[in-house]
Amino acid sequence: MAEGAPAAAPTTTGPALVAEGIFKRFGAREALRGVSLSASPGELVALVGPNGAGKTTLLSILAGIQRADAGSVSRPPREIGWVPQQAALYGKLTVAENLRLFARLERIGDAEAAVAEMLELTGLADRGDDLAGELSGGNRQRVNIAIGLLGRQEILLLDEPSAALDPRQRERVWEFVLGLARRGTAVVYSTHDLQEAARHADRVIVLADGEALFEGSPAALGETVERAGGSHGDFEEAFVAFLRQRGH
Amino acid sequence: MRWMLLKDLRILRRSPGLVALLILYPIVLSVLIGFALSAGPDKPKVAFVSLVPPERGELELGGEQLDLSRYEGRLFDAIDPVPVDCEGKSPLQCKDAAIDEVESGAAIAALVIPEDFTDRLSGVQAIALSGPPTIEVFYNADDPVKASYVEDTIKAELRDANLALTTQFTEIGLSYLDVVVSGGRVDVPVLEDLDILGLQRAEKIVERVRPEVSPARRAELDEVIRFSQLARENLDLSGPLLRALREPIRVEQTALDGGSTSLSSFAVALAVAVSLMFVTLLLAAGTLALEREENAFARLVRGLVSRTGLLVEKAGLAALCSLAICLAMLVGLGLFVDLEWSRSPLWVAALAVAAIAFGAMGVAVGAVTREVRAASLLCVMLSLPLAFLALVPSGAVAPAVYDATRAVSALFPFRPTLDALDAALNDSGGIVAPLLHLAALALAFGVVARLALRRFA
Repeated sequence: MAEGAPAAAPTTTGPALVAEGIFKRFGAREALRGVSLSASPGELVALVGPNGAGKTTLLSILAGIQRADAGSVSRPPREIGWVPQQAALYGKLTVAENLRLFARLERIGDAEAAVAEMLELTGLADRGDDLAGELSGGNRQRVNIAIGLLGRQEILLLDEPSAALDPRQRERVWEFVLGLARRGTAVVYSTHDLQEAARHADRVIVLADGEALFEGSPAALGETVERAGGSHGDFEEAFVAFLRQRGH
Repeated sequence: MRWMLLKDLRILRRSPGLVALLILYPIVLSVLIGFALSAGPDKPKVAFVSLVPPERGELELGGEQLDLSRYEGRLFDAIDPVPVDCEGKSPLQCKDAAIDEVESGAAIAALVIPEDFTDRLSGVQAIALSGPPTIEVFYNADDPVKASYVEDTIKAELRDANLALTTQFTEIGLSYLDVVVSGGRVDVPVLEDLDILGLQRAEKIVERVRPEVSPARRAELDEVIRFSQLARENLDLSGPLLRALREPIRVEQTALDGGSTSLSSFAVALAVAVSLMFVTLLLAAGTLALEREENAFARLVRGLVSRTGLLVEKAGLAALCSLAICLAMLVGLGLFVDLEWSRSPLWVAALAVAAIAFGAMGVAVGAVTREVRAASLLCVMLSLPLAFLALVPSGAVAPAVYDATRAVSALFPFRPTLDALDAALNDSGGIVAPLLHLAALALAFGVVARLALRRFA
């Protein structure tokens, strides 16, 4: 069971997404063991944990790519925007063609308007005719996120959105994501970068060996470590100390 | 699905190198296979030397003039003769020059007709006295395949020549037998014209003198008369017997299976089948694996496109492209090979069903391998052995091995595609059975692909 003080929700409405008791097994290995999660509109929830903790598996189940062996998700996949870790777009198509294709597959009424809006939103209006394969990593990720948002879902799942990006590209991506949250989109993201979690998340969920060990604000994680007799200087130290305390 | 199809076509249009390779490689390969099958090996280069003087180039056998150059001409149809310069050389030097051509590699064999060739053949007496003429063959055995081929070619040609000569000798033998039975004149060297009494006339003479001898001696004359009658009657049967000796066994060929497809028409069916296989497999497997390599698969199957729909789209795209290419190929080949254009609806049916079956196999390969490179490699690695397996003829291997090759071939679309195309192009048998076979394979590979997609993301 996760512990820690609940983070202050940025809005007063109910959760946009609730997942309860998610179990997932790959052969003999238990990838997720009864993990629950919720995200309110405009809230940023970070999933952190060591490699193999189950972060990507959890996001995949929330996104409807994998089926959970047990547990429930409050929304069907079509109502959830999903941005995979690696840009899922076609390198031989232009930015606009990628957006147009997915807009049509999403059966969006006015696909051209949606494409124009996303190009504007991602700041790629002047790159619409460029082949996606020729974009920088940061710009590809922006298109990747834009495709995830085409359906105008209220929830956005991001799997390590800034991995493999340089600091400037990372900053640009986060500006974009924070802008979405400010407009009321519930954002759940996984990251290896603890500073990124501490800096942007309203709430942190620590996963280890398929189990949610902690759920709360980044500050609460440090307090939890102190309460257990440990000490921490910053969030990363607190995280490592926390995992050590829990035998991970 | 429409948008996915258009997207894939756009991506293909923007990959001209890949498309060119995808189209040209199978076409070049299939055309090469077709030519290799239909053209047969080249004629062997043979240094040919006839030491027979021009004035003795004809011989008379059984009253018929035989021209040696006629047999040389037939031999030259089967070989590529290498000229040997015998100008101013003795027969032995000329023969050595021919052998030099073989040793230098200019010819794979040398064929030497001896100087006394026609003399020795010119009469039964000549053969009886000095034996039949001997043709000498010298060949290079460095290349066992070519050596075997030249040996077979020369043997076959000499067999034909021997058969022609046997016919003449038989006729001479029969004419001598006729003289023995009925009597007549025989031209014998040295003795010139010789009048032979013959059994018939001898019998009449004996019958004429029989009443004049004593009754005691008549019994002896009766024995002579009976012998003469028996000999005449039995020698009458020697004609058919001697003629049968010329060709003791006759061959009557009846094809039990496979119709009467000519080699060139079969080569067309084969070339098209190989092209269809390559293009469809590579396109279907490649485009499906590309969805995963572009990380788009997971995004697509989150409700945008069903997994089955995606498989149908990829197999359909590959089938449509390969159908167009192979129909164009058939039209192109039709300019060079005599094809029955009225059967073109059957071509389309065979190609369409085969393309769907290969498309299903292609998506199964793509779903199992999950990577474009691995998928392409597996397609190539599967295609060539499958094509060769399907072409193993009965009798070429042990019965159990042949049954195994047929069983393996039946599991993949190449063999039924070849059968369907052969039936469509050449009316070599029923087309329904191979089409049903292909439909069943399309279904089976579709199921394999769908199951493999469970672990595709």
